[in-house]
Amino acid sequence: MNAQPRFRNFAIVAHIDHGKSTLADRLLELCGAVEARDMRAQYLDSMDIERERGITIKAQNVRLKWRDHILHLIDTPGHVDFGYEVSRSLAACEGALLLVDASQGIEAQTLANCFSALEANLTIVAVLNKIDLPAAEPEKRAAEIEKVLGIPADEILRISAKTGEGVAELLDVIVERVPPPTGDPDAPLQALIFDSSYDPYRGVVSSLRVFNGTLTSGSSLRYINASALHEAEEVGVRSPSPSPVAALGPGEVGYLIAGIKAVGEAKVGETVTNAANPGVALAGYEDPKPMVFCGLYPVDGDEYVELRESLAKLRLNDSSFTYEPETSGALGFGFRCGFLGLLHMEIVRERLEREYNLSLVATAPNVEYRAYLISGESEVVDNPSALPSPNQIERIEEPFVDVTALTPSEYVGAVMELAQQRRGEQTRMEYISEERVELVYTIPLAEIVSDFFDQLKSRTRGYASLDYEPAGYRVANLAKVDILLNSVAVDAFSTIVHRDKAYDYGRKMTEKLSELIPRQLFDVPIQAAIGGRIIARQTVKARRKDVIAKCYGGDVSRKRKLLERQKEGKKRMKQIGRVEVPQEAFVAALTLDS
Amino acid sequence: MTASNPDGTQDFGVYVHIPFCATRCDYCDFATWTDRQHLQDSYVDACVTDLRRRVEEGLVPLASSVFFGGGTPSLLPPEQLMTILGEIPRTSTAEVTVECNPDSIDRSGLDIYRAHGVNRLSFGVQSFDEQVLAGLGRTHNPANVERVVADARLAGFDNFNLDLIYGTPGESVDQWLATVNSAIALNPPHLSMYALTVEPGTPMGANVRAGALAPDDDDQATKYELADELLTKAKMPWYEISNWAQVGYECRHNLLHWATGDYLAIGCAAHGHRARSRYWNLRTPERYIAAIAAQESPEAGSEVLDLNAQREEEFVLALRTSTGVSARKVDPEVISACVDAGLIDHIASTDRLVLTRRGRLLATEVTVRLLAGNNAGPRYDGVLTAMGKDRPSV
Repeated sequence: MNAQPRFRNFAIVAHIDHGKSTLADRLLELCGAVEARDMRAQYLDSMDIERERGITIKAQNVRLKWRDHILHLIDTPGHVDFGYEVSRSLAACEGALLLVDASQGIEAQTLANCFSALEANLTIVAVLNKIDLPAAEPEKRAAEIEKVLGIPADEILRISAKTGEGVAELLDVIVERVPPPTGDPDAPLQALIFDSSYDPYRGVVSSLRVFNGTLTSGSSLRYINASALHEAEEVGVRSPSPSPVAALGPGEVGYLIAGIKAVGEAKVGETVTNAANPGVALAGYEDPKPMVFCGLYPVDGDEYVELRESLAKLRLNDSSFTYEPETSGALGFGFRCGFLGLLHMEIVRERLEREYNLSLVATAPNVEYRAYLISGESEVVDNPSALPSPNQIERIEEPFVDVTALTPSEYVGAVMELAQQRRGEQTRMEYISEERVELVYTIPLAEIVSDFFDQLKSRTRGYASLDYEPAGYRVANLAKVDILLNSVAVDAFSTIVHRDKAYDYGRKMTEKLSELIPRQLFDVPIQAAIGGRIIARQTVKARRKDVIAKCYGGDVSRKRKLLERQKEGKKRMKQIGRVEVPQEAFVAALTLDS
Repeated sequence: MTASNPDGTQDFGVYVHIPFCATRCDYCDFATWTDRQHLQDSYVDACVTDLRRRVEEGLVPLASSVFFGGGTPSLLPPEQLMTILGEIPRTSTAEVTVECNPDSIDRSGLDIYRAHGVNRLSFGVQSFDEQVLAGLGRTHNPANVERVVADARLAGFDNFNLDLIYGTPGESVDQWLATVNSAIALNPPHLSMYALTVEPGTPMGANVRAGALAPDDDDQATKYELADELLTKAKMPWYEISNWAQVGYECRHNLLHWATGDYLAIGCAAHGHRARSRYWNLRTPERYIAAIAAQESPEAGSEVLDLNAQREEEFVLALRTSTGVSARKVDPEVISACVDAGLIDHIASTDRLVLTRRGRLLATEVTVRLLAGNNAGPRYDGVLTAMGKDRPSV
C-alpha cells in the first residue's frame, strides 16, 4: 500500500444550523475554487429544498487546492434518515471535521455521526464555530466534547465560518492531522460510489472514491453488487465545476458517467472495478430498507398517470424509496410508498409537488408490522388496512428504535415524560456537562413517526436534539382501528395503534369526520372499531332540506347555475357504500391530522 | 308542460316591477329603494311609454295574467298604478294581481283597483307574531291583516294570497303554527310560504356574517311539514313547493313561470321570457327611466338556452309543481330508488313523477338524481349566449 501524500479526504459532520454550508462556502473561497463574483450562499446545496430548509440531502464533493495539497471535501447529509448514505460518505474519507456551534453545543445526530466516523477509524478534527457570537461559550462546549468523545479540549479549534476567522488555520490542521489515503495504483480497481444523481442529459452521475487501482476514462467497468458492465464515458473531478480527467488514482475523489439510466443501477455503496481485471467488493454494501410508509394519492384523480410517471422519474434519482400501486375506496388510485424516514417522506412528497407540479394527499405514516398468524404463517404489513382480522392473529411485532436525545438539563423531566407517553424504556441517562444531558430510550418507531420530533422540540423550546437507530422487532399489544362509515370501512383511516391509544384515535377521528362528511338523506353512523367491537361513534344526522324556496322569473337563471354546481359536485363524490363523500372531506380529515 | 289553453292560445304574462318601499325588510334582496319616492311619477310614465312602444312593435299578445310586484306596488297612489294597467292589452278573463303591504292600502284604494280590473291581491303578511315580525325588520301591525282582508272582501275580491315566512331565527314551532292557523282562519284562497333565506348583501346577511343566529334547515323542514299538514287538512293542497291554494285558485301568472311560458318585463330589474330567451331590465329606476327617455331598450342582458338546456329547465321547473314530470325518459332504476327513499311518487295513471312532502324539501337532491338518470337526448350544453351589463336579479 502506497501513501498518496498529496491528498486529504475529509467529511464535515455537523448539526443543522451549525454552519456547515457557510464553512464550505468559506473553504471554496479560501482555496480559490470559486471566484468571488460567482459565489453564492450554500454553494454546494443545489436543490431548492436544500437551500430553503438548510439541509443537505445529496452528498456533494469538491476538490480543493490548499498550498501543496489536494483536499477532497465530501459534504454528507446529516439527517438520521440518511444514516446509510452518511456511513458510505465517511467510508470514502480518512478524516471527519466535527463542526459544533459554540453556543449550542454538540447535538444528538452529530454525536451519532461522529461515533460512526470513529468506528470507521476516521481522524476527528473537532471545531467550534460561531465564536464571533456573543452567546458563544467555547470553553464549556469544548469540555462537553472532551467528555462525550474523549477529544482533548485543547485540540479543539475555534473558528468563525462567517467572518473567516481561523479557517486558514483549520485547513492547515486538516493537512497536518488527517492521514493521507493509501492505495496501490497497480492493484485491481476498487472504487466506492457514495452518491449517485440523475441528469436528464447524461444519465447517472456517480460520485466515487478510488481505493485501489486506477479508474480510466473509456475503460470497461464492472459494477460488482449490481453485476453489470458499463463503460466509463467520462471521469472527472469537481472543483467545484466538473472537469473531465483522464484517470483517477488511489485516494482520489471524483465523478463517473457510465451511460446508466437510473440511480438504482449505481447505488450508494456499490463497488466499481475493471471488467478485465476485477477486484473484490468493498465491505459495507447494503440495500437500505424503507422504514416508514404512507399512501400517496393525487388530490385530483385525473392526475394519477402523472403521479405514476413522476414517481418513476424521481426514482431515477432516488432509489431508496419504493412505490407500488394501491387503490383506496376513499382516495381512489394511488401508491403505497416506503421511505427511509419521515424527513425522506416529506422530501419526496415535496419534490413531487414542486418539481412535477402535483397536488397530493398522504395518508398518515405508518411502520412495517409483522403479523404472526395462528395458522403458523406470518405476514409483513406496510398498510394498516391489510392487517388480517384479530381472530387470525397470534401476535404482532413492531419495529423499535434506540433513541438518543440531548437536552439542556432543565428539560430532562419534559423529555422523560414524552418518552414514557410514547411507550419508551429508558436505557441510559448521562450528564455530559452540568447543563446538558444525554438520554437514551428504546421506543417503538411508530411513536417516533407520528409527531414525536415536533413534541420534543416544543417541550424543550427547540433545544433538544434527537437521533435514533433500529433496535429490532418486538411483540407489542397492538390493535387495528377501522373507521366505518355507515358500517363500511374507509381504508384510508385504518391505523394500527397500541391498544391503550385505540380509543383516543377512534374518538378523534370519528369526531373529525362527523364535522367533514356532508349530511346524507339518512342518518350516517361514523364508528371506530377494533375487529367487530365498536369503540367510538358519532352520527351525521340526515339532511332534511336543500330546496330553494323561491323560483320565479329572476330566480330561474340563478337556480340553473346552482344546479350545475350541484351536478358537478355530484360527479366528484366518492361512494363509500351508500354514502356520498366529496374527496375534499377525506383530504381535509387527513391533512388536519397531526 | 306547456302554457297552452283549451282553445289553443298560449298564455302570456306581463310583469310590472314597482321598486319603491316605505322601509326595507332586513331579509330583502329585491331591487327596491326607500329613498326614491321623488322618482315615482317619472317611473310610472316610463313604464307607460315602455308598454306603448312594445305594443306598437306588436310584441305584446293579449295578456292572460298581469302581475304588479315589487317593491311595494300599493305604495303608489292607486290611480297612478292603474294608468299602467290601462296600457296592458289583456283577455277578458285575465288574472290581474297587485302585491300589497297591509299597511299601505285602504278600502278606497282597493275599490279603485277593483274598478280598473284588478281581481287578485297578494298581501305580504310574513307572520302574525309581532316578535317574529320585529326579527324580520317588518313594521306592520298584524291586526291590519285582518282589516285589509275584510276590506278586500267588501271591495269584491274573492281571490287573494297571503305571503308567509317560516324559520326566522328565534321563531318557535308554536309561534309558526299560530301564524299558519291565523292565516287559515282568514280563509285565504291562496297561500305562499317561504323558508327565510339569508341573502348576501342584506342587513340580515351582514348580521349572520357577524355571528347572528342563521335560519336552521332542520327547523325549517319541521315547520314546512307541519304547515303542509295543516293546509292539506284545510283543503288547500300544495301546487308548487312554496305555494298552496284552494282548487281553482292557483296563481295563473306563477304557473306561467313554471311552465316556461312567455312573459313581458316592464320596469327596472324585471325579468322576462320570450321564446327561448330570458332577459332582464336595467336594475335601477334611474337607469330604466333614462333608457326609456332616450328611446333605448331598457334590457340589460339576456341569455338564450339551447334546446337541451331548455328541456332540462322545463323538467326542473315542472318538478317543483304538483303536476310533476313525465316518467317516460327517466331511468327506471333511479325512479325506484327515489320512490324507495320516499322522495317521489310515481303516479301510475298519468305516468308522472311527483315530489312527496319529504321530496319537496329535498328537491335539489331529487332534481340532480333524476337529471343524472334522464335519458333525454344529448348532454346539457348550457347557455348559448349570455350578454349584458347587469347580472340577472329580481
